[in-house]
Amino acid sequence: MLIMPAIIAISIVVIIPLIFSFYTSFTSYKLTRPDSLFNFVGLRNYERIFSNSEWWWTYLRTILFLTIALNVELLLGLGIALLINKITWGQRTLRTIMMFPMMFSPILVGFQWKYIFNDNIGLLNNFLYLFGYESAIAWLIDQKLAMGSILAAEIWANTAIFSILLLAGLMGIPKDPIEAARVDGCSSWQVFKHITLPFLMPFIFIALTIRSLDVGRAYDIVHIMTGGGPAMRTELTWTTIARIGYKDANMGMANAMSYLSIILSIAFTYYFFTKLKASRQELGQ
Amino acid sequence: MKKKIKKILYWFLTFLVMFITCLPGIWIFISAFRPNAEILSKPANWFPDNWTIYEFTQMFSIEGYVSVPAFDYLKNSIIISLTSTIIAITIGMMGGYAFARFNFKGKNKIFLGLMLARAVPGISLSLPLFILWAKLGLINTSFGVIIVYVAMNVPFTIWLTDGFFRQIPKEMSEVARTDGCTRLQAFWNVELPLAGPGIAAAGIFAFLLSWNEYALASVLTRTIASKTLPIGMMDYLSEFTINWAGMCAIAVVMIVPAVILTFIVQKHLVSGLTFGGVKG
Repeated sequence: MLIMPAIIAISIVVIIPLIFSFYTSFTSYKLTRPDSLFNFVGLRNYERIFSNSEWWWTYLRTILFLTIALNVELLLGLGIALLINKITWGQRTLRTIMMFPMMFSPILVGFQWKYIFNDNIGLLNNFLYLFGYESAIAWLIDQKLAMGSILAAEIWANTAIFSILLLAGLMGIPKDPIEAARVDGCSSWQVFKHITLPFLMPFIFIALTIRSLDVGRAYDIVHIMTGGGPAMRTELTWTTIARIGYKDANMGMANAMSYLSIILSIAFTYYFFTKLKASRQELGQ
Repeated sequence: MKKKIKKILYWFLTFLVMFITCLPGIWIFISAFRPNAEILSKPANWFPDNWTIYEFTQMFSIEGYVSVPAFDYLKNSIIISLTSTIIAITIGMMGGYAFARFNFKGKNKIFLGLMLARAVPGISLSLPLFILWAKLGLINTSFGVIIVYVAMNVPFTIWLTDGFFRQIPKEMSEVARTDGCTRLQAFWNVELPLAGPGIAAAGIFAFLLSWNEYALASVLTRTIASKTLPIGMMDYLSEFTINWAGMCAIAVVMIVPAVILTFIVQKHLVSGLTFGGVKG
């Protein structure tokens, strides 16, 4: 009975709207013409999306973006956690500083990196200028660099979650097996591979699960940094949905698209959640 | 000798990591206190020649014309974040207690279902919510935003509080109940105080999520009646120009409360996340 309020709240804000948007994805609903809500068009929206190569490039780009971001964040986070774990002096202060990016709103992250990457007054170009690199690089306008710049912002913002949770995991590892392995003549790499890493596995998947719950927040960063430009090269599924839904007022189509991107988000979360369970069982917890 | 080089290398790497972590924030902070002309100067002026609080006085000035009514945005942000956090914590705590203490049918499935509901991206959810909220007259009201944030925060609050309640031995409540307490009394007098710090951490986490949310609020709010700080920030961004100093100043207003709150609870936050995950 105690979980009923939670279920009711989620039904009102998530489940009912999702059912409604599922319905509208089969209509030609336009915000500018309210009566079109009842204009049932069957699978037309989906047919159009499936034959729209632009959309599938965006979809692929989103998957690639998430794959790169999550992998780099995990590796960097693991590296930082191992590094801080080695340092005994002032560790608490370091831990606190490490959490810094977690407090930033994604919109703020986007803005500050837009500021840093600005071709004219940005910190990065000013810095390069010091070394005699005088031609300003248009980080966010160049078609090849824009996506990389956004990735940098995304990674800066989210590595902290990994490093802080993995550090918590590292600190909880019992010392005895590591010492025993060392006495038996294991190298540091062997200790890491056979003792530290298996123990860290659940923590890695906790971090990945938590992170995958929020992948959609990349929308905020892209929205403010490039708005999907240049020439839609940095559009992710979410920015496309916002553009079609609100700018073009084509709600039916946008809802059909958002269903496809919801599936993507849920797939990521579900995958990591099942991995988390499996890794827990392996440790016998 | 080799050990010493290794140690220096560690320190160098740590310094580098910390530097990259802090630099953007420091740069924003400095820029908030310098005149716009200085930001635009070329070659760059690394440290402000003259500090100014012009942008802050502009934002918060009560009399006269204000370009960006940051005071209203701040007020809305505080009202919306606080109310939604209090409701989400109450609901989430009940749920977390249920998951930690009782066994019921489909427990794991419901837990997974809650998490998956949380995974729906804000912008995808905003489309139907925008239409429904418009029909219900909830667009551009604080109430409309609060309901959405409550639902958004509940699953995570359940995850966290579930972990904290599990850390408290079941026996404690059992002992209290054999001494004549009802279950509710046992919860109120024994378990709640013990889980207190953890619940506070969950609360701050929920608060920050509402405080920082953009995708949904940008659709559900329209005017100073309900616009929050992240949305207000966009006021400084016009088609072709950005008031960098102003934007940095409002960024500082946004980040300072967040930093203070996070520092207070960071320890509990981590233990809650990992415990709820490992033993769940």
